[in-house]
Amino acid sequence: MFTIECPWCGNRDQSEFTCHGEAHIARPLNTESMTDEQWGDYVFFRKNTKGIHYERWVHAFGCRRWFNAVRNTVTDRISSTYKPGEKPPAN
Amino acid sequence: MKAYSLLSLVRNGLNYHQDWQQAWRSPDPKSHYDVVIIGGGGHGLATAYYLAKECGVRNVAVIEKGWLGGGNTGRNTTIVRSNYLLDESAGIYEHAMKLWESLSQELNYNVMFSQRGLLHLAHSVHDMQEIGRRGNAIHLNGIDSEFLTPRQVKKMVPIINLDCRYPVMGGLLQRRGGTARHDAVAWGYARGADALGVDIIQNCEVQGFDIESGTVKGIHTSRGRIGAGKVGCVVAGHSSVVAEMAGFRLPLESYPLQALVSEPVKPILDCVIMSNGIHVYVSQSDKGELVVGAGSDPYTSYSQRGSFDQIEHVVGPLLELFPVFSRLRMLRQWGGIVDVTVDRSPIMSKTPVNNLYFNCGWGTGGFKCTPGSGHLFAHSIAKGEMHEKAAPFSIDRFNTGALIDEGAAAAVAH
Repeated sequence: MFTIECPWCGNRDQSEFTCHGEAHIARPLNTESMTDEQWGDYVFFRKNTKGIHYERWVHAFGCRRWFNAVRNTVTDRISSTYKPGEKPPAN
Repeated sequence: MKAYSLLSLVRNGLNYHQDWQQAWRSPDPKSHYDVVIIGGGGHGLATAYYLAKECGVRNVAVIEKGWLGGGNTGRNTTIVRSNYLLDESAGIYEHAMKLWESLSQELNYNVMFSQRGLLHLAHSVHDMQEIGRRGNAIHLNGIDSEFLTPRQVKKMVPIINLDCRYPVMGGLLQRRGGTARHDAVAWGYARGADALGVDIIQNCEVQGFDIESGTVKGIHTSRGRIGAGKVGCVVAGHSSVVAEMAGFRLPLESYPLQALVSEPVKPILDCVIMSNGIHVYVSQSDKGELVVGAGSDPYTSYSQRGSFDQIEHVVGPLLELFPVFSRLRMLRQWGGIVDVTVDRSPIMSKTPVNNLYFNCGWGTGGFKCTPGSGHLFAHSIAKGEMHEKAAPFSIDRFNTGALIDEGAAAAVAH
């Protein structure tokens, strides 16, 4: 178990948060012309990175707001968190 | 290879066990193999064994980064069952179950397969409807399943507390389900494969692929380049990492899944208990330890540890069901990295690279299918076409939409 720095309300226990996977996957704009192949890739295929991973979290049992985190998936250490729309830090 | 027998046990016993032969060799890699299997866990070793035994492909190597069975094969809760809802799942898991039933004889190696019965508990109306639907589907697929009333559950497991916070309303029993000795499965397949000429190369990490015009020609490892006619990748939690080396992505995410064992006690629980509703599964090993399976962490990770709060989440329900366990001390806790697909069904498939095959996505429940997975994967690689039982588990299903959506319907240790 670790603590997470919520960019809205500060350092809190991990059990207050839920993780929602890889961040910065933009929903495609040309949805009506996409093939099954492209839809499958968008919906299901992931980097599943070993190492530095950019991911989405929700402070579910707190402010209930979304944010992004940069976490090393080998050590589980979170190096930074940032609000949606902000530029992702380089590690 | 000399066969193990009662006679050999006596003979070696008289000789203070000085002369047991090595179970398998540790050869240096050759420059080329017809088939290279990446990953020396149960599934990979079983694949190599059946390639050599049944498919006539003897020039095979198994490449393992660490030691045999040191990954999820040695980290699971050893449960074997085939009580799945969907026809495709029943096809592979029952195929495995039939192989389990004669595996010790097949390998001349005691894998301690024990069909002690697997009891899945229901704690709510929804649970009862789920086991009703699944139990009947299993029955229609010709696989054994029985419904138990709470009274029958109590008779079978006298120490259970039926009147817990979410009272036990019924159970679904697969009498042919049970446990097996997980290390012995890896060792038995390794010994069998080695005797058939398979080279098992440990401490050899894959670092890249040699791909020429879309066809795999070999692999680069920490012990040099190894040429290969075909490559089968069976690396569980690290499948995405290896796929990235070959230039494509997989529909997988890797999570830590953890388990714990208690101090050993005298026989007290003679079947496997699983409860989806309150989330615990437990059996007693032949050494007497209670083997308890926890949930997977709710975020991806390669840490092989598991988070602390998951332990509390499994011990709570365990003690609700079995108050008698409250004074037991837990001896060990560990985690393994499981590769989970969105439909909770595995992937046995060709890939965008010719002659490169992937067997992955077994998620939190791959051990039970070790023989079936190896058998089907071996036949698929040898033939160059996926076996009909493995074909529905192609990577393509995530693009066509023909998912095998077993997740909601499977028992807890799925």
